[in-house]
Amino acid sequence: MSMKTLMTAAALAALAQSAGAEVKVGMITTLSGGGASLGIDTRDGFMLALDKSGRDDIEVIIEDDQRKPDVAVQITDKMIQSEKVDVLTGIVWSNLAMAVVPAATAQGLFYLSTNAAPAQLAGKGCNQNYFAVSYQNDNLHEAAGAYTKEAGYAKPFILAPNYPAGQDSLNGFKRFYDGELAGEIYTELGQTDYAAEIAQIRASGADSVFFFLPGGMGISFLKQYADSGVGLPVVGPAFSFDQAILQAVGEAAVGVSNTSTWSKDLDNPANAAFVAAFQEKYDRLPSIYAAQGYDTANLLVSALEKADVSDADAFRAALAEADFDSVRGKFSFAANHHPIQDIYVREVIKEGDIYTNKITGIAMEDRANAYVDECSM
Amino acid sequence: MSAILIVEQVLNGLQSGVMLFLMAAGLTLIFGVMGLINLAHGSLYMVGAFAAAAVAGATGSFVLALGAALVAAALAGGIVELVVIRRLYGRDHLDQVLATFALILIFSEGTRWLFGSFPLYLDIPDWLAGPVTLPGGIQYPLYRLALIVVGLVIAAGLGLLISRTRIGIQIRAGENDREMIAALGVDISRLYTLVFALGAGLAGLAGALVGAIQSVQVGMGEPVLISAFVVIVIGGIGSIKGALVGALMVGLTDTLGGIFLPELFKLFTDPAKATATGSAFASMAIYVLMAAVLVWRPTGLFGARA
Amino acid sequence: MIRERTVNAAILALLVAVPAWAQWADEPFTITLATRVVIFAVAAVGLNIALGLGGLVSLGHAVYFGLGGYAMGVLASHAQNYSPLMEWPLQLDGTKSMPVIWLTAILSSALAAVAIGLLALRTTGVYFIMITLAFGQMAYFFAISWPAYGGEDGLSIYVRNSFPGLNTLIPIQFYGLCLAWLGVVLFLNARLARSSFGLVLTAARQVPQRVEAVGLDPTRAKLVALVISGAITGLAGALFADLNRFVSPTMLSWQMSGEIMVFVILGGVARLFGPVAGAGIFVLLEHLLGGISEYWQLFLGIILLLIVLSGRGGVVGMLSGRGATHE
Repeated sequence: MSMKTLMTAAALAALAQSAGAEVKVGMITTLSGGGASLGIDTRDGFMLALDKSGRDDIEVIIEDDQRKPDVAVQITDKMIQSEKVDVLTGIVWSNLAMAVVPAATAQGLFYLSTNAAPAQLAGKGCNQNYFAVSYQNDNLHEAAGAYTKEAGYAKPFILAPNYPAGQDSLNGFKRFYDGELAGEIYTELGQTDYAAEIAQIRASGADSVFFFLPGGMGISFLKQYADSGVGLPVVGPAFSFDQAILQAVGEAAVGVSNTSTWSKDLDNPANAAFVAAFQEKYDRLPSIYAAQGYDTANLLVSALEKADVSDADAFRAALAEADFDSVRGKFSFAANHHPIQDIYVREVIKEGDIYTNKITGIAMEDRANAYVDECSM
Repeated sequence: MSAILIVEQVLNGLQSGVMLFLMAAGLTLIFGVMGLINLAHGSLYMVGAFAAAAVAGATGSFVLALGAALVAAALAGGIVELVVIRRLYGRDHLDQVLATFALILIFSEGTRWLFGSFPLYLDIPDWLAGPVTLPGGIQYPLYRLALIVVGLVIAAGLGLLISRTRIGIQIRAGENDREMIAALGVDISRLYTLVFALGAGLAGLAGALVGAIQSVQVGMGEPVLISAFVVIVIGGIGSIKGALVGALMVGLTDTLGGIFLPELFKLFTDPAKATATGSAFASMAIYVLMAAVLVWRPTGLFGARA
Repeated sequence: MIRERTVNAAILALLVAVPAWAQWADEPFTITLATRVVIFAVAAVGLNIALGLGGLVSLGHAVYFGLGGYAMGVLASHAQNYSPLMEWPLQLDGTKSMPVIWLTAILSSALAAVAIGLLALRTTGVYFIMITLAFGQMAYFFAISWPAYGGEDGLSIYVRNSFPGLNTLIPIQFYGLCLAWLGVVLFLNARLARSSFGLVLTAARQVPQRVEAVGLDPTRAKLVALVISGAITGLAGALFADLNRFVSPTMLSWQMSGEIMVFVILGGVARLFGPVAGAGIFVLLEHLLGGISEYWQLFLGIILLLIVLSGRGGVVGMLSGRGATHE
């Protein structure tokens, strides 16, 4: 609660001097309901970077989208129509991004994505004012496919929920893993019991498992999988092994390999400073969402140093240069304004009482995305 | 598809069925005795899971955690009955729906306010962890076997409670004729509170038992609630036996449908498309089952009243 | 005590005055909010015909709301991508014309209501509530996992659909369209309540045996009421999708059904302007509380609870000081 009050105070202070504010940023993110932890981390990472930048001319208006697309659209209208923001950011979920981003960029606003980066916005639907600072949605799945192949697994069993992001996930995996599959299944979105799927894995003769089950689905799957005694090695994207939910999975996650664009033990000065500052300010370890929020704010600040937001062409060019110290190390934008970056393999470990990740290798170097050629920008 | 796999899937269907029964039993009792439709029953399931996670975190004992879940949910149920539900008995279903819908909002956000937005940790105790080998060489998790046993024991206990004890007689009388038992001098408001707390306790226990193999988070109760509604509509509202049969039917349909429907579609289209389409239809299977039962018997399999 | 007619007139005046003020003060977002209120009100008037007139407690009206939304989404997305809707047996193209979209939304939700009604009306009371809820869930899960129209991502339309002679992208003009529809459905509702069909419905709700005794079929009367109700809610769905330029399975979720029902009960069941007042208060609460606290839904829940517990007849009933009009 105290942090929330602090935030509001900061927002109020910013509001008071809004007359002199140079830039207005609208942050739409999930702060209530089931997915709130991701939005809270995004917000905290973003605000931490702004604090550290020392700039007091950036006003941030934060609104809760409740993870509902229609609410997100309504907030966007409000931010554009009454708050007259220059830049929008903060959406966690791809379906909300699809509801907001095309309309916002069509109205000439800038959108900086802290997380969601669906294929549609990277390919044919790309827009010059849309920058994904996080990744392209398929990236972590592609890296998992590449890693599976490189690690010598010959018969993985793959599963994901039956919705667009799940279908993209398995396609992304198969883009870089071209060998035989022991099985491929789509589960129900929001499913909590995976006994039936685990039995199929056991019967399939697989030598490894790849899964993409974000949020509570992943927690359920991992616990049940560990208890089933199937014991095959597991690979997944970072979402189910993130700091935010790892404590809820517990022992069941230890030893699992996961692919991520960031890890708290990445060895670069920007990351060391970020992890230390985040822990000091919020008294918890940062998650990948916090790291992406932090990078997004730093990108924004770096562009504002070079150009005024009212000069859209100059500001866009400044953003595209990506002239900031990313906590992920190497970072640049591909032609469709999605990152070119290394994707790491991490392993879940236990440090004292806390479950966390350590980097064990690089799955893909300088990975851009599969949709660059489809984008006519 | 091997016979072993099919047996294992049937066990899985049974297990999810008996856990659904714990939810559905409370719902159906509360409706049968008080005529109340309680949308907030899923919240009590969540309360149980959170209480268990908190106590397990503090003491490390799973048994204590289960006890805490039962007590916390029953207590929450009792309080809610005294403060809110009691005023709704005379009202039409519409007011009950709105009031219990409001209770869901209060429970969910209240829990988030107390425990934060992050999922909590609750795990299987060591003495129930890991798989066992069943006759025929089937590897099956011990904990899930334990869930089946616990669920069936509770079902039997509940059956005895209703058919053999004094309180059970009052409950049955309450289902048949509310005015009559009041006239017989039974303290009706105490009975109502008791039944509500009993239903809540069962839901809380289910939440804790299932929470150990799933994710303990805000909103975890709503999907289960809707499945439980399907169960009691199939079984016949007010009937404990109907709830048990309905729960097992729903559990088995859901589990087996998810496996066989994609296989079925593979006979017609390419595998990737078949899994997506098959899964889409599998997620609707229990509702189709319900519709079919209602066409055949509009008051459910064991329902007496319309 | 104020009379219900005065309360209604005041609500109507607000619906005209607030957006007019917002237009003058250059507060376009207030108009957007008002549009949301009016569209929700149309959806709730639809439900109120089933609830208030027919006594049918449908907890699955999101089906019609979502179908209307998807009617808009599917037609407009095909028009947007210049791909035909179907080529066989005859070539059908998508469209961005609002009247065609409205007609499609009304017809498809009416058809859905016939199908659901034929099954659900075999049951009564709490069975009816639950079976409508379950049909809603069925549609929701289907929409999420069916990949053809975006699945959970939904469908985004870049430009609002067109209406001859208007620029629908200007908030006040789109508001005018929605308000006109609200007027139409309110008029329809009022006429329906006083018609002989309305009388049959009231009788079918209260003493179905008597209706049968005079040779009428109470179930058929209820089915007709459900179809009209579903069609109106479907229309509201198409308007709502156009307001957001977006449709997704969220519109089909059971929380949506719950919210539409909350509008009706909050305002007052079976009262002509009840759903309008309810939708207004809900949107206002959502907007105001959301600005105060992250945990605003907690306070929303408490307020809803107090309203249900404190009295009958919703807000319109409280203001005009009469109990519920039915029973």
